[in-house]
Amino acid sequence: MQNENMETTQRNIMHFDPKAHEIALSTEDLRVFYGQSEAISEGDLQFERYKISSLIGPSGSGKSTFLRSLNRMNDRIATVKGKIMYRGLDINSDEVDVYEMRRHIGMVFQRPNPFAKSIYENIAFALRQRGLNDKHKLDEIVETSLRQAAMWDQVKDDLNKSALALSGGQQQRLCIARAIAVKPDILLLDEPASALDPVSTSQVEDTLLELKQNYTIIIVTHNMQQASRISDYTAFFNLGKVLEYAETGDIFTNPKVDLTNDYISGNFG
Amino acid sequence: MDKIRASLLKKSVASKIERRGKIISLSCLALIILVVFLIFYFVASRGLATFFQNHINLWSFLSGIQWNPGTLGTNGQPAVGALPMIVGSFLITICSALLATPFAIGTAVFMTEISPRRGARILRPVTELLVGIPSVVYGFIGLQVVVPFVRNTFGGSGYGILSGTFVLFVMILPTVTSMSADALNAVPRYYREASLALGATRWQTIYKVVLRAAIPGMLTAVVFGMARAFGEALAVQMVIGNATLLPHNLVSPASTLTSILTMGIGNTVMGSLQNNALWSLAMILLLMSLFFNLVIRYIGRKGKLNNER
Amino acid sequence: MNAKRADKLATGILYAVAALVVIILVALLGYILVQGVPEISWHFLTSPALAFEAGGGIGIQLFNSFYLLILALVISLPISLGAGIYLNEYASKNTITGLIRTTIEILSSLPSVVVGLFGYLFFVVQFKLGFSILSGAFALTVFNLPILTRSIEEALANIPDSQREAGYALGLSRWETVTKIVVPAALPSIITGVVLSAGRIFGEAAALIYTAGQSAPALDFSNWNPFDISSPLSPLRPAETLAVHIWKINSEGIMPDAKAVSAGASAVLIIAVLLFNFLARWLGKRLYKHLTAE
Repeated sequence: MQNENMETTQRNIMHFDPKAHEIALSTEDLRVFYGQSEAISEGDLQFERYKISSLIGPSGSGKSTFLRSLNRMNDRIATVKGKIMYRGLDINSDEVDVYEMRRHIGMVFQRPNPFAKSIYENIAFALRQRGLNDKHKLDEIVETSLRQAAMWDQVKDDLNKSALALSGGQQQRLCIARAIAVKPDILLLDEPASALDPVSTSQVEDTLLELKQNYTIIIVTHNMQQASRISDYTAFFNLGKVLEYAETGDIFTNPKVDLTNDYISGNFG
Repeated sequence: MDKIRASLLKKSVASKIERRGKIISLSCLALIILVVFLIFYFVASRGLATFFQNHINLWSFLSGIQWNPGTLGTNGQPAVGALPMIVGSFLITICSALLATPFAIGTAVFMTEISPRRGARILRPVTELLVGIPSVVYGFIGLQVVVPFVRNTFGGSGYGILSGTFVLFVMILPTVTSMSADALNAVPRYYREASLALGATRWQTIYKVVLRAAIPGMLTAVVFGMARAFGEALAVQMVIGNATLLPHNLVSPASTLTSILTMGIGNTVMGSLQNNALWSLAMILLLMSLFFNLVIRYIGRKGKLNNER
Repeated sequence: MNAKRADKLATGILYAVAALVVIILVALLGYILVQGVPEISWHFLTSPALAFEAGGGIGIQLFNSFYLLILALVISLPISLGAGIYLNEYASKNTITGLIRTTIEILSSLPSVVVGLFGYLFFVVQFKLGFSILSGAFALTVFNLPILTRSIEEALANIPDSQREAGYALGLSRWETVTKIVVPAALPSIITGVVLSAGRIFGEAAALIYTAGQSAPALDFSNWNPFDISSPLSPLRPAETLAVHIWKINSEGIMPDAKAVSAGASAVLIIAVLLFNFLARWLGKRLYKHLTAE
């Protein structure tokens, strides 16, 4: 108890005014356990609609675990307690259909993971699985998704080629295209550029800024320049806790918590 | 109300597919498990009938040396002494394993330690190929080559334990070799490097470091080979002579559990003592296979403990 | 003796042992091929066997072997696939799963003669299928299930989890992800496993002598009605396979040219197994290439 009080004094967590901001997703008292050990002990965040929010922090701080819990990718790996509120529903409960939920809260992973199928099939596959068989409709969605991911011009003649033959950056953008093809509401990205070269990284960043108009984006990154370049809000994680959450401009120029300052100025992490 | 919200509360198509798929795949698995239990149940129900329906004494079954279930033996009891077959099975298993082990391990050492290049290019493909040769082919060659060879060299008819041993030796050699080579390959490279760096010769390294580290794996290989030898039916049946007598030497006709089973099942009437006695032999075979399995698991567990220390 | 000399001596002995083993194995293969290949002719491969006179072929036996092989694979592949999927994708790591794995291992280590005897009791006698293609195919299925399940499970385990996560993140169920993404990606190694197991089935005899039987009645190859007993497709006719044939003529010893026929048949078996081996490698590589690049 005493311990908890001590730490709350050090924290600075922004809460949105529901009248001024539309909240797309929020967590209440989220706690994650791997077996006995606690990976997230205090996760209490709100994410604004049509904004990019980044989660930063040293490795092992729990930011990825937190992100993966948001669309229940951790279901079989860890125990997630607490609430995840989306459209007035706690999606971390059994009454919500987890597969349907993931169609609205999509995810892109650290390493590009295209299917061992053609570029076209990578995007069309999930749609077809849900009963969309109209060829024209599929063609259209494949094209718009690839355009949104800024790679249509590069691959439009090679749609039947294996996705595994693409370069790393192209693969990752294909994964983004694949994720947005099912028209999600929220896009979760787990260090999407960490395996990419600088050129590909900036392409992915441009893509995200473009997507912001239609999607709520939550991104984990270890790259602070990236967080400051693209995100509207930034949350700083350390040892399984959110220590600070504020507008990105504020957090980088005027951090309220000492540890945040140390981290963004490169003193640890 | 919000359409997405409503869809989240409904059971999705994916959920239904998931449920169905899980049930389908679980039933497949359950079917396999069921088959195993059926095998044990059916063989045991027949095999135990000898003792419970025909009231044959278990001990006299295991230790009796007269096998002629249709008639009475010298003690006035039906002649169902399985000892000749049991001895035959164990004898050829042990002899062939004793013969195969040094060759297999020597070859495995050669292909992993001495000449890995030739090992990978010639020896490994050849051994893997030979693992797949059908046992009747081994039996046929045994009949054409081994039996005449034994007859000309050691006298007698040529049929017997020795011929069976030779055939099984060649049969299990590829299996034991390739499993031993796997065990040797699993020894971490730095073991060898550490030993060589200390000035040990290659042979010292192999003998004192690599082989010791690979002992559990090689033991598993040998036991695996023994299990295969013990259960092999046709190749042995073709060269052993199938005389239900206690073998007095290695070149007189003898028999094994499997050889008598393959010969007899078709010539006896279901439910008769002759038939039940054969099923009892099958039960011994089943139990031995279980035993070999336990030994392999035991070695595996011990090996793991040793490596963790 | 000093260490250097011991090293030289040991190396020499190892060379000798390895050479000896290679000689034995090559002699074995060579013997079968040298003895058998001259016997192989179109007539030998297509005409029926003769019991009491020389000059018979192995046509019906060869057909039976392939027919049984295909039936056994058709039955065992879906079951093994389901079981392999459950074991790799659904089963949690607990005692029950451990026991299930042990049970499957026990099944795979059972002597094939025991599997054959079970098949005799269960399919031939209990289900009154008699000595028939169907009984034989079921026995071979029992024999094949554990091996195939294991190889499919391994093939699935080699597909990285990131492929599965990609499917889940699109709102696909675990089953859809496995059947539509993981299994296709694992197809090269699954096919390799299937073809290798086909080689084993093709040469199996002990599991068949009391299930598919030891006789090969004449077949009317113009009759393809599977419900007619003389049709090659009839699943209820007895069907001696090539491997059983070799065993049979050698243990009975009434066929005058048993040696020549067995030699030819053995060579055919070996060549088939060789082909299965190469086919497995080739198909696996081919498919892998096809999947990873255009």
